[in-house]
Amino acid sequence: MAELTLPKNSRVGKGKTHKAPAGAKRVKAFQVYRWNPDDGGNPHTDTYEIDLDACGPMVLDALIKIKNEIDPTLTFRRSCREGICGSCSMNIDGTNTLACLKPIEEVKADVKINPLPHMPVVKDLVPDLTLAYAQYRSIEPWLQAETAPPPDVERRQSVEERAELDGMWECILCFCCTTSCPSYWWNGDRYLGPAVLLAAYRWIADSRDEATGKRLDALEDPFKLYRCHTIMNCTQTCPKGLNPAKAIGKIKELMVERQG
Amino acid sequence: MGNAKSIKIMRSSLGRARGLGSAKSGVGHWWAQRLTAIALLPLSLYFVLSVLLLDGANQAAMQRYMAEPWNGVLFLALIFALFHHLRLGLQVVIEDYIHTEAKRLAALLAMRAAVVFFGILAALSVLKLTF
Repeated sequence: MAELTLPKNSRVGKGKTHKAPAGAKRVKAFQVYRWNPDDGGNPHTDTYEIDLDACGPMVLDALIKIKNEIDPTLTFRRSCREGICGSCSMNIDGTNTLACLKPIEEVKADVKINPLPHMPVVKDLVPDLTLAYAQYRSIEPWLQAETAPPPDVERRQSVEERAELDGMWECILCFCCTTSCPSYWWNGDRYLGPAVLLAAYRWIADSRDEATGKRLDALEDPFKLYRCHTIMNCTQTCPKGLNPAKAIGKIKELMVERQG
Repeated sequence: MGNAKSIKIMRSSLGRARGLGSAKSGVGHWWAQRLTAIALLPLSLYFVLSVLLLDGANQAAMQRYMAEPWNGVLFLALIFALFHHLRLGLQVVIEDYIHTEAKRLAALLAMRAAVVFFGILAALSVLKLTF
């Protein structure tokens, strides 16, 4: 059955509170999910009070400040700090997003930070995305064409053909959408999820690709594609403003179109 | 070697992601669910109007109404679309939430039997009034 409560060893307890330094004027509390696989205990929430006058504007700035100045054991992924690498995806204030693009001031109450939902946790805010990456690999996200490319130039596209890829090439594979999808929570082992289906449609819609039919064949499955029930969490949560639900809708349209 | 659990996750992640491959079906189910949904819009409206029209009618009046070919056809169409739609929807719910293969199969079979039973019952009731 679907898991509606957390298993015993995943229940989140209360952790330590790190007080703000004396004299801090603008204090903001960050409640951060902590779990260490090595100590054998349950996860807990640590609270860190930060002086916003001594911190950058984004949630990632606060996390880096905590790691540098308060608690070096705090573990999270980050790299580019400008929304292009997709590393720092996590659940902030109840919504999956990129910590580097989320302004602290958008959160009115304490800032609650958790790892991406319903994925195995490696440590603290680091989820195990191995299966999601493998699902991405399974849709063969590369150009497939039998026609040889012209010897002296790249494969050409018209302006209109190239425009078909807008709204899809921008995806940075942070998996905010996939891990926000209840259908993926319940059937993530068989349903590909919005991020991977958006990537699949990116290649289906590519005028240079000649494997469209094969790609549709591989997706036509009650679970791989049709577990999407148009819940739309994916589109609502995407930190890049993309629309995976629309891409999935386009795939479903093509499935009907080729029937007759 | 480790225990059964660690053997279970030693399969490569790509192997797990590909799983049993594509079933090469699903579009028929999805399309039928959409079509019956569209059909149910006017048919449900017709049903509500019929109920209002027949408010307080006795069995003789009911029989006269159903004996009109149009009414019989529309009621049978409503029953077919409704129960077909019901079956498709319940199938999705069961597949979503029941993950043990044996339990899922049992639930799907029981659900289909129940839907077919009540569908035939509803159709027979209409036919009985029609003739």
